Formats: sequence, structure tokens, C-alpha cells
Amino acid sequence: MSLENKGFLRRLLANPETGILLALLGLSLFLFVMEPKFLSGTNLYLVSRQIAFTAIVALGVFFVILSSGIDLSVGSVAGLSGVACGMAMASGVAVPASVAIGLGAGALAGLVNGLLVARLGITPFIVTLGMLSMARGLVMVVTHGEAVREIPESFIAFGNSDLLGVPLVVWVLVAMALAAQVLLKYTVFGLRVMAIGGNEEASLLSGVPVKRVKIWTYTLSGACAAVSGVLFVARFRSAQSQSGFMLELDAIAACVIGGASLMGGQGTVLGVLIGATIMGVLHNGLVLLQVSAYWQELIIGAVIVLAAVVDRLRHRKR
Amino acid sequence: MAAPLVRMQGIAKRYGGVQALRGVDFEVRSGEIVCLLGENGAGKSTLMKILAGAVTGYEGEILMDGAPLRLKDTAQAMKAGIGVVFQEFNLCPNLSAVENLFLGREPRVGLGGLGRAAMRKGALKAFADLELDLDMDLAVGKLGMARQQMVEIAKALSQKPRVLILDEPSSALSSHEIAQLFRVLKALRASGLGIIYISHKLSEIRELCDRVVCLRDGQNAGEVDPRTCSEDDLVAMMVGRVLEPTKAGNRSVPSGASLLSVKGLSGPPNLSDISFELRAGEVLGLAGLMGAGRTELARLLIGAVPRSNGRVEIQGRELFPKDPSQAVAAGMAYVPEDRKTQGIIRGLSVSEHSSLSAPSRVAGRLGFFRPGRRSALSRYYIRRLRIKARPDQSALDLSGGNQQKVVLARCLATRPKVLILDEPTRGIDVGAKAEVHRLILEWAGRGLGVLLISSELPEILGLCDRVLVMHEGRLNAELRGEDLTEEAILKAAVGSEAGNTLKTYR
Repeated sequence: MSLENKGFLRRLLANPETGILLALLGLSLFLFVMEPKFLSGTNLYLVSRQIAFTAIVALGVFFVILSSGIDLSVGSVAGLSGVACGMAMASGVAVPASVAIGLGAGALAGLVNGLLVARLGITPFIVTLGMLSMARGLVMVVTHGEAVREIPESFIAFGNSDLLGVPLVVWVLVAMALAAQVLLKYTVFGLRVMAIGGNEEASLLSGVPVKRVKIWTYTLSGACAAVSGVLFVARFRSAQSQSGFMLELDAIAACVIGGASLMGGQGTVLGVLIGATIMGVLHNGLVLLQVSAYWQELIIGAVIVLAAVVDRLRHRKR
Repeated sequence: MAAPLVRMQGIAKRYGGVQALRGVDFEVRSGEIVCLLGENGAGKSTLMKILAGAVTGYEGEILMDGAPLRLKDTAQAMKAGIGVVFQEFNLCPNLSAVENLFLGREPRVGLGGLGRAAMRKGALKAFADLELDLDMDLAVGKLGMARQQMVEIAKALSQKPRVLILDEPSSALSSHEIAQLFRVLKALRASGLGIIYISHKLSEIRELCDRVVCLRDGQNAGEVDPRTCSEDDLVAMMVGRVLEPTKAGNRSVPSGASLLSVKGLSGPPNLSDISFELRAGEVLGLAGLMGAGRTELARLLIGAVPRSNGRVEIQGRELFPKDPSQAVAAGMAYVPEDRKTQGIIRGLSVSEHSSLSAPSRVAGRLGFFRPGRRSALSRYYIRRLRIKARPDQSALDLSGGNQQKVVLARCLATRPKVLILDEPTRGIDVGAKAEVHRLILEWAGRGLGVLLISSELPEILGLCDRVLVMHEGRLNAELRGEDLTEEAILKAAVGSEAGNTLKTYR
């Protein structure tokens, strides 16, 4: 009995998610002690919605990171998708079609990233850095920096609706996380993504269509960013030209904090979810504790670096 | 007899639950080449890593010139006079041979300036001592494997060691280059260096070494004079049993029609006008020196590199792959040369390796895996190839021989018609090697066409009944029947006769 327990405990500790889960619990406890409002129903509702927006984007970036790439453009792509969706609705296109246009815009931006990375062999860092600027620039060009406000009430109501007291965006996240898990563990695509991240040359030589798989990961990343971007429109009752600004930081941080290796081939969906939760709770806690905005940025940056250091130490031990 | 330079006594080392060494004794004297022999996993590498200071936390004692030596890291071992050339290259591929040679101990000029002139002078002498003729300013990554290996040796020697450890230095070299290496090692021996030589190639050991120390399961398994014992004795000491040799009579018998037809194939870097046929059931050998273009030909065929000219047909159907996935779909599979960087995939289990290249056998049309198919597929190949692993085990954790079988399984899972094997037994132990040979013949017997690239002539002579020999990017000879001898292959490989004629006409 005690032996069995020991085995279970050891396995639990060996599990990469355990550490970050403990960190999350510690952080939450600290916030609760400092400010009991942290665990109030209203606050949890707000935090969960905040987390979901980040986590949805992070899931897409996660696949790119698994294949040892990187996507820095997701924040801008989310903004672009929201504006595309908002402008379509404002010009009288039906809501479902507008949503499709928004998602399509994000997927298209991702596809362009993928084609440049896979077909022309340009470094993902520079391609997606360029896309970060281009997508945001395109938004500014078409909106002149103004928000698109003519959003139908039906869409706003739907986007802000709850089910069983949980915001719609959280349900969307749950569905997408399950889909991501299935994609990763039970499909040929998922195995190929892991293989490319583990050893790209070996994957290529054994017949994996490396370019096609890479193009799909970037397209998927763009599409995930678009889901968040479209839901932003309902959340803010308008398509903001600045929405999604710096979102890539939180999304990539969620992956890294969640244990995904930037070298590729390593990470779990659960880890990404926990990572996104830590980022959301951190943002929320700093606001609750009335930390100044300048300090917030500094602290969040420090936490990201800390996560990378902890990951490094954990690997060195082995 | 000279007193031992280094004596290791009762060395034991434990990695987690695995006892890698259980009290090994080992010594090297000045002016001798001692061979450390043993199957993969016998503990050779661990023992040498302890001596090199790369592995600490061992039990037992190391004496240098009779005085105890407790090594904490590699820098300390280097200072004590122990130089190492590990199996994996430790060179920076983007730096030149000169820069690599002086990495970490660059001569200074003034305040932090780099003493380029001093470096060049030192490098010229170091390379001349090794009879090494190379472009010192070229990035090392652009040199062939053989030259990289020699640069690595030059680097170890530049520390003026008293003991030099060489871990399978010849596995990347062709016979010609090995002969050169041996001349250098013998000269070093004469100058009083103690050399520890790790190799699986028994013929080399008998030619080069003064003494053979054999390890088995982390213990001393015996010590012999290689000149008075046979290769069979060495093998028996290593594996603790007698292996059946691969006899020439086991050679493949080509039966069926032409599977692969190559006409006038040319491509980078220097391949030109290569034509040959491969028949069903045939194991066709591809011999040549390092850099002759054998691996490049394989990469051209599999579609990893675009061809500039020529026509390739598989079973009469033209194949013009844009990338390897198309060649694999057409029925070709490739076991690459370097298992570590091109074969095994970090993070993937044995089962995932076999599923990776054959999705249609384990997944439905939409790409969802069918329950049970993946483990069934891997269990089949684990059984057929006698892989010592569980399906869910990480392939990276297996021994070299089992890793190679996992890569082989991944290729066979695609049910190829043409299988290209690039040095399939490099760096794996004798037992696993014999099994790989058996598997090659078994699969050829089922109608597969095998193109076997190997630098080991006994392997080629044992398995093939027809051998193509490459020299400087061209096919220089096709040998079969009575013409197929070690001498004939070597002659064609160094470019004599036919090769010279070709050059004249060009």
C-alpha cells in the first residue's frame, strides 16, 4: 500500500505538469490571501474569460512550436481577423458569413506565413515578425486607426452569452483544447508535427511531407488566433484596431511556461492550458493588487524568463 | 615492460537503476596501443568517459604514474595528459580547421586580438604531422567526415596528451583513410604515447593493437594478444558465444525483373552520368571511398536533393521526386548514414517510429489512427527484427543496434520495393550486425531490391553478388563473380585504370 503510494507520488512528481500546477496553486493562494476578492464569482468569471482568449491563441502557436517553428504574428493576426469580421458585419454581411470571413482572414495570414517558411525556407522568426507588422499595418490602413462600431446586437449578445454560468469563449476553449489533444495524439498530422520537432532531417528522409505539415501548422495557428480575434469583437462590442496587441507574448509565454520546448517536439496541451491560466491569473492579480501598469509589464516579463530558467534547470537534472 | 601510465582499479559506476560498470580493471602503458573491445552496452564508453573526466561519481581508483588521480571534469583530465577523440564530432562546423584547432586556447595579440599568424603556423605543423592535406580555411562542416575526424585527432594531439583515447575513429573512414590513420597512430606509439583504441572492426584490431582488453556486461571478460588469437576468438570473448559467420554462400540471388533503373543520373555536388539496374531479390553493393558520392547518390534517388539530369524508373514507372515523401510513396525507402542526426527522432517511441512513414497502415482516410493498429504494427516488426524494446519505449534510449533496427523497421513498414541502406551496420556491435545482415538477406529473399552502401568490404563481399564502385562522383567499375575481390574494389575506388581513362577523355 505504502509502496503503491510512493510510486504514485513519484510518478506525479515526475509529471512535467505537476510543477507548474503547484506554481499556479501557490500563486492563487497568495493572491487570495492578499486580496480575498480574487476568488469571488465575478472575478473568476472575468479571469476565465481572459484566460480563454489567450489560451485559444496559444493552442495554435503550440503546434508551430512543437514543429520547432515560432509564430510571432498571432496578436496582429487576431486583430486583423476581428477587423475583417467587424467590417463585414458593418457593411451588412450576415453574421455567420462575417465570422467565416474573419476566420478565413486569420487562416490566410497563417497560410502566407507557412508558405514563406516551408516553400522558401525563410526563418520563421523573421517571416512572422514581418507578418506581425504587416497584419497590424493592414488593420491601420483599412480602419485609419478607428474602431469599427456598427456591430449587430445579435452577434454581441451571442458572443457574450453564458452557458451554465460559464462564458461562451471558455466553452469554445474547452472544445478547441479537446480537438487539439485528439489532433496531437490520435492523428497522423499530430505524429508528424512531433516528428518534425524531434528531428526534421530524419522525418524528411523517412517520407514525412515536411513542407506540407509545416504549412498546416502555421495555417492552424492563424486560424486559432482568428477565433480569439472574432470573439474579441463581441467582447468589446466593436472591432478595435489595437485589439490583440502584444497577445503573442502571452500566447508564447503560455506555451513555454506550460513546458513546451522551443527546440520542438516536446509539450502537452494540458501544459499550455495551465500556462495560459498562470498568465491570466498573473495579469488579473496584478490589477487586483493595484500594481502600476509599468511594474506589471516588468513582472510579467520576469515571470516568463523565470519559467525558462526553471525549465532549463529541470532538464539539467536529468 | 614499461610501468603503466594510467591504471584504473575496481571502477564501478551506476546510472540510476543500471549498473554500467562492476569493478573493472584497466591499464595503459607508454608506447602501446591497447584495444578496448566489447559489445554496445558492455561499458567501454562509460569507462573511457570516466578516464576523460566526462563522467564523475564513480567508485574505484585511477592512478597516473602511480599517483592517485581524482578527476572532476574534462579540463582537469586534459591537464593531466589525457586526450580524447569521441565518436561524435566536437567541432564547430561553421569555423575553419585552423579555428577549430585552437578553439578555447587561441593565441592572443595585444589586448584580446586574435593571433591569426601564430594559429596558422601551429596548424600547418599539426596537420603536416598527421600527413593531412586539407583546405585549412574552409568551414569544417564542408570537409568530408574523414577529414573532420582527422581535424578532431589533430585537436586532441595539440594538447600534448600522454594518453590518447580514440572512440571508433575508423567508423567514418574509408579503407584508404584508415591506412593513413594507422600509420599516424603507429608513429605516435613509437614516440611513447599510450593509445586506447575502441573499435568493432576485428581485422583492424589485429593489425593495429598490441593488447586487447575485453569488457562484457560491465566486467572484465578477458585480455589477449591479438596477434596470437583468431577473429572468432575475439568475437567469442566479446559476446560469450560463437556466432555463425556470414558466408559468401549466403549471398543474395537476384531472381525477378528489374525494379530500379537509373539512366544518366547527374546532380550535386559532382555526380555525373550514373546508370545501373537493380533487380528483385538482389543486394547490390555500392562501394567507394569517403566522398566518392555514394551517400549523395542515395540522397538524389530518395529525392532529398534535386537532380540535374537523368531518368529513374521504379518497375518501369518514371520517378521524379520533389521530396522524399514522393519517393517513399513510389516504393523507395532509405536508411540514412548517420543514425543519430538523420535516423532516430527525439521524443518518438518505437511504435511511433514505425507508424510515421506508413500512415495508411495505421490510420483511416481522414488521418485518425485506428485503435490498436499502431501497437500491432510495431509489435510485428519488434518480433520480426528482434528489436529488444517495448512499443512505447523511447527509441533514443535504446542501444545503437536496436536503434538501427527501429530505423529499418520504419523503412520496411512502408513496404518498399527498393531499399537503400547507407552504412547500416556502422557503430553497432557484432551480434546486432550479424542480425542486420540476416535481415537484409531475408528481405531480399522476399523480392525486395536492396542497394547496400558500405565502407566495410567484408560486409559488401559477404552480402552482394554484384558491386558498383564509385570514384569522384562516377561509377568506375561494376564487379561480379570472380572479378569481385577486395583488391578489385579498392583499385576501382582509388580511381585506377577505368577512372583514369575517363579523366583523359573528359
